[in-house]
Amino acid sequence: MTKKITIEPVTRVEGHGKVTIHLDEEGNIVQSRLHIVEFRGFERFVQGRPYWEVPVLVQRLCGICPVSHLLAAAKAMDVIVGVDPEDLSPTAEKMRRLMHYGQFFQSHALHFFHLASPDLLFGIDAPVEKRNIIGVAREHKDLAVQGVMMRKFGQEIIRLTAGKKIHGTGAIPGGINKNLSPEERDFLLKGKNPLNADKMISWALDAVNLFKFYHASHRDFIDKFAAFPSNHLSLVRKDGALDIYHGVLRSIDQDGNKILHDVDYSDYLDYIGEEVKSWSYTKFPFLRHLGKENGWYRVGPLARLNTCDFIPTPLAQKEWEEFKAYTKGKPNNMTMHTHWARLIETLHAAEVIKDLLIDPDLQGEELIRKGDKKFEGVGVIEAPRGTLFHHYKINDDDLVSMANLIVSTTHNNEPMNRSVRLVAEEKLAGQKMITEGMLNAIEVAIRAYDPCLSCATHAMGQMPLEVSLYNNENELIDRFYSYRRG
Amino acid sequence: MIDFIPTGVARILIYGFGNPSRKDDALGVLFSEELEQWASDKSYKSLSFDANYQLAPEDAAVISDYDIVFFADASQEDIHDFSVERVMEHQKAEFSLHYFTPGNLAALCQELFHPCPEMYEVHIKGYEWQLEEGMTKKARNNLGLAVDFMKTQLKSLLAKDHTVSKNFIA
Repeated sequence: MTKKITIEPVTRVEGHGKVTIHLDEEGNIVQSRLHIVEFRGFERFVQGRPYWEVPVLVQRLCGICPVSHLLAAAKAMDVIVGVDPEDLSPTAEKMRRLMHYGQFFQSHALHFFHLASPDLLFGIDAPVEKRNIIGVAREHKDLAVQGVMMRKFGQEIIRLTAGKKIHGTGAIPGGINKNLSPEERDFLLKGKNPLNADKMISWALDAVNLFKFYHASHRDFIDKFAAFPSNHLSLVRKDGALDIYHGVLRSIDQDGNKILHDVDYSDYLDYIGEEVKSWSYTKFPFLRHLGKENGWYRVGPLARLNTCDFIPTPLAQKEWEEFKAYTKGKPNNMTMHTHWARLIETLHAAEVIKDLLIDPDLQGEELIRKGDKKFEGVGVIEAPRGTLFHHYKINDDDLVSMANLIVSTTHNNEPMNRSVRLVAEEKLAGQKMITEGMLNAIEVAIRAYDPCLSCATHAMGQMPLEVSLYNNENELIDRFYSYRRG
Repeated sequence: MIDFIPTGVARILIYGFGNPSRKDDALGVLFSEELEQWASDKSYKSLSFDANYQLAPEDAAVISDYDIVFFADASQEDIHDFSVERVMEHQKAEFSLHYFTPGNLAALCQELFHPCPEMYEVHIKGYEWQLEEGMTKKARNNLGLAVDFMKTQLKSLLAKDHTVSKNFIA
């Protein structure tokens, strides 16, 4: 009997993901696929709107990382108002960086403390009732409080730089609309414990050490779970440093050879293609010169720490050196090491935040610059989950006539599918009964990428799961719900 | 529906969530915004307001500063126009916790910052969710009814020196 296992979320609006796993009569994996039902309405939504509205509009795309979309769109609109992204005023660029690193910090904190830590602290086979943030809060209260407060600190940075939680207007074409007052600076720099930059650096370092402590006693799991060789792609600064706000596009192969040589991201269409597969609404990006079969790549924390040559803050650089030494300088292709990379980036973000806060340019008065208008602009940024592309064209009436977005989760489509396949083969093949732990193993593999189906589907995001088991006659023989929104 | 009985001083937060660009998903945010404008006009300074696309773990710290929290969200459940229910702790795991429910927050707040505030959720019936600005006529009508209801309740609660109850009866 052939079985079909479906892991499917239930959503209120369009856009969702599901995993289907087909087993043959012996229980071998015949096929496994991660489906993300992509909704491409957003590009249409911004068409016909004035270009200056776009940075605000795109934040509505995702409640998880609105700042990434705000900044990617603002960078594209910088080009349209004739300002080279490298020629913003120092105040504008540094305010944007503070906003972006603040978002990075809170997003990565959310992922580690609230999404990943339950799997690590309790094990992926632990009861589902325990394996969540409430379980962490109950048994590791200090850790849970750290996670909440790190999120809160990052959100405070966003509030003070973007203006407000919904429809923030901090970044506008050609610059920003506010600087950081000395009072706001001191609130973040010297705030009441624990909400200050020094405590955040300390906690971020503790989190890296927590991962390393766990890794030391679970090497087999962390090193081998869903691990596979891949290409990696990200922005890097022109000197090769890790830079999540601006840079050039670099890609390396599984051995560390450069396969995309620090190119201008404005030309991304020359380098990146998107394959359409009949069974998925989500495209599969690939490097054109390597083709669809060999040109796929990972983006995100693991990719960034593989592509960069160094990290320009001391504590994170030290951790990065240890990270690199683990693979003897070669690219790290261990999927679960994405958590390690994410925490090193969290530490880096905290260090950058402090450096920016003591920079007097944040109190500068030159907020905006303008140049000769153009009719097309590309903005690229490293979102927490990976490289994010925004591309717009406008017409003579200053209205958007074309929009194209490639989001991080779409880049990771092929790697996530490969991870699902590997875990399915290891955990589900030959099994006669599907347990909660087996299914969570699939989720753990996907979760390492921190996918944002909100972005990939362009819907507001929830990723609850419905798990259905079918026989070869497509009869439902079992179903699991992990969550349904009421 | 619940009745509110004012018996003491309380700090109240009204927190709407949803995506204003997805038709009727704007209901929660607009609920908060309309009541904030009303409170401002009436100089009800003891009320606080917040809004976001969705709830997140750090909101557990936010709500811990209050005695009573009213969440407001659009609903596709089988209700007529709107309903108010007490939030019960919800500890079940989800595949992703990018999205938090009021029940998740109640459970997290209770564990980390107890005592947890008394929490209620206002569900306002919505009908369309596509990526488009502007609510349906029926949803806007439901919003008006929910806002009017809450104004009445809050006026009652604030009648004595702008103080409110800590002991609502569901």
